[in-house]
Amino acid sequence: MEPGLARFGRALRAVVLVALAVLFLVPFYLLVRDGLSTEADITAPGWSFFPHSLHWGNVRELFDDPSVPMLHSLWNSARIAVLTTVGTLFLASLAGYGLARIPYKYANHVFYAILGSLMIPSAVTFVPSFVLVSSLGWVSTLRGLVIPTLFSAFAAFLFRQYFLGFPPELEDAARVDGLGYWRTYWRIVVPNSRAVFAAVGAIVFIGSWNSFLWPLVIGQDESAWTVQVALSTFTDAQAVNLHELFVAAAVSILPLVIVFVVLQRHLVAGVERSGIDD
Amino acid sequence: MLARLLGPQKRNLWFWIFTGPFVLGLIVFTYVPLLWSITLSFFDARNTVTPTHFVGLSNYATVLGDSAFTSSLLTFAVFSLFIVPATYALSLGLALMVHRLRFARAFFRSVFFLPTACSYVVASLIWKMSIFNGVRFGLANTVLRWFGADPVAWLSTTHPPWYWLVIVTVRLWLQAGFYMVLLLAGLQRIPRALYEAAAVDGARPGWQTFRYITFPQLRATSVAVVLLLVINAFQAFDEFYNLLSTANGYPPYARPPLVYLYYVALGQGQQLGVGSAGAVVLALIIAIVTVAQARWFGLGRKEA
Repeated sequence: MEPGLARFGRALRAVVLVALAVLFLVPFYLLVRDGLSTEADITAPGWSFFPHSLHWGNVRELFDDPSVPMLHSLWNSARIAVLTTVGTLFLASLAGYGLARIPYKYANHVFYAILGSLMIPSAVTFVPSFVLVSSLGWVSTLRGLVIPTLFSAFAAFLFRQYFLGFPPELEDAARVDGLGYWRTYWRIVVPNSRAVFAAVGAIVFIGSWNSFLWPLVIGQDESAWTVQVALSTFTDAQAVNLHELFVAAAVSILPLVIVFVVLQRHLVAGVERSGIDD
Repeated sequence: MLARLLGPQKRNLWFWIFTGPFVLGLIVFTYVPLLWSITLSFFDARNTVTPTHFVGLSNYATVLGDSAFTSSLLTFAVFSLFIVPATYALSLGLALMVHRLRFARAFFRSVFFLPTACSYVVASLIWKMSIFNGVRFGLANTVLRWFGADPVAWLSTTHPPWYWLVIVTVRLWLQAGFYMVLLLAGLQRIPRALYEAAAVDGARPGWQTFRYITFPQLRATSVAVVLLLVINAFQAFDEFYNLLSTANGYPPYARPPLVYLYYVALGQGQQLGVGSAGAVVLALIIAIVTVAQARWFGLGRKEA
């Protein structure tokens, strides 16, 4: 290809990329724009890209509105996401380490049982899981919202793959010092694996904060609503207040945007690792 | 006896200390519900989670004879026909362009990846209330007005079915960046030497190298991406529910399998026996689709 044509190709690619980047950011912009506008500005017949003025008071109005359980649903989402993340990391990392490092005759069978559950789409089991949780009396409880989601075969699989590649020299040194499996794990392996914990943790946290179907099915009472369920109910309400709805949605994604920006490097690494690799 | 059970250096014991809690939870919360559901599917169970009386295959007959169920499968087929190729093409396009960038690569990757942090609920809200709002102040209708066209009620028009545009674009926006990252990782694994060899053989950069080097080398990643896209499309619930349900309920069209199940099993009447039969049928379908797809693409076959 001649240099002139190559330069044209590069310029064209840059233009397309910038245009797509703007398109990808527009929905976020609309969220903030509508959240900080007055109702009249949102519904004005003449659409303006920039609002006339920014109404930060909308945030206050949202939290002062007694008909919207915003603070409580954010609190529920935060508790659920933190407990789910900590619990999943604890259970899945131990299982992943056991599978990768402790020789056991039936380790492969156990591994296939875990992999097999990955083949069962979790959403197809929501009816039977609901049946189980409701017979335990866990509907509308924190237990019901958290415990059934803690056993992520996907997380265990990621940890196993990671620990298979963990340098054995470090553990051998610990063994020579007389440390058993348990102490080797906590003193040597975990402190040297922060990146993988950050990656899996970020994926689990985002998934938990954003999950909808399970909290919708289990969190039936208003006191158990997560922020996603509250937003969804609010959207369907007969008399919907647009600016309040948008500011609520903007507030709900703020914690995730922070997690995303802080942990992005780990998150990308985690997603890359999750691609089916040999 | 006990010593043998514990294994050398009590390894068996340690294995179960590490994996036991996880495996136990997996059994209780995945395998038990599955078996329970299979049992319930043969029983009459309304408003109750304990099987009352055995009805054989009648729940299956009810589900398979229910036109709402079969049309939900059709909805899934139409949906995946749109969303799978669209997402794959966009993700691949983004990955190829970002991969070749010499600067601002991290910036563009972040921008396209950012929607991954947004929930389906929030994205549906933006799509339903701001972009595709059926009234005049919606963004899409504003754009139409610039071209002199009349506003469209995007989510309630069934002829033509404009709601598909809303449903497909929201998922496209949410997931394209995720698959772009997977494909970027795949692109980075292609050995540079292949491109050098192709250049020596006279392959032109651009279409020819894409056709004969990049695309074949991306095969394993592409197969994984398409499999994930189909499985995820099959489980679509959040955006359908949030875009289409209103204070008056869910419209009779665009009901994918999970929306159907949700209303049968957890709506009025709580027909858990029928719902369980539906879940079993869906689980079987997804297993067959997955296996067939893996066979078709030759997953597990070694790369040439």
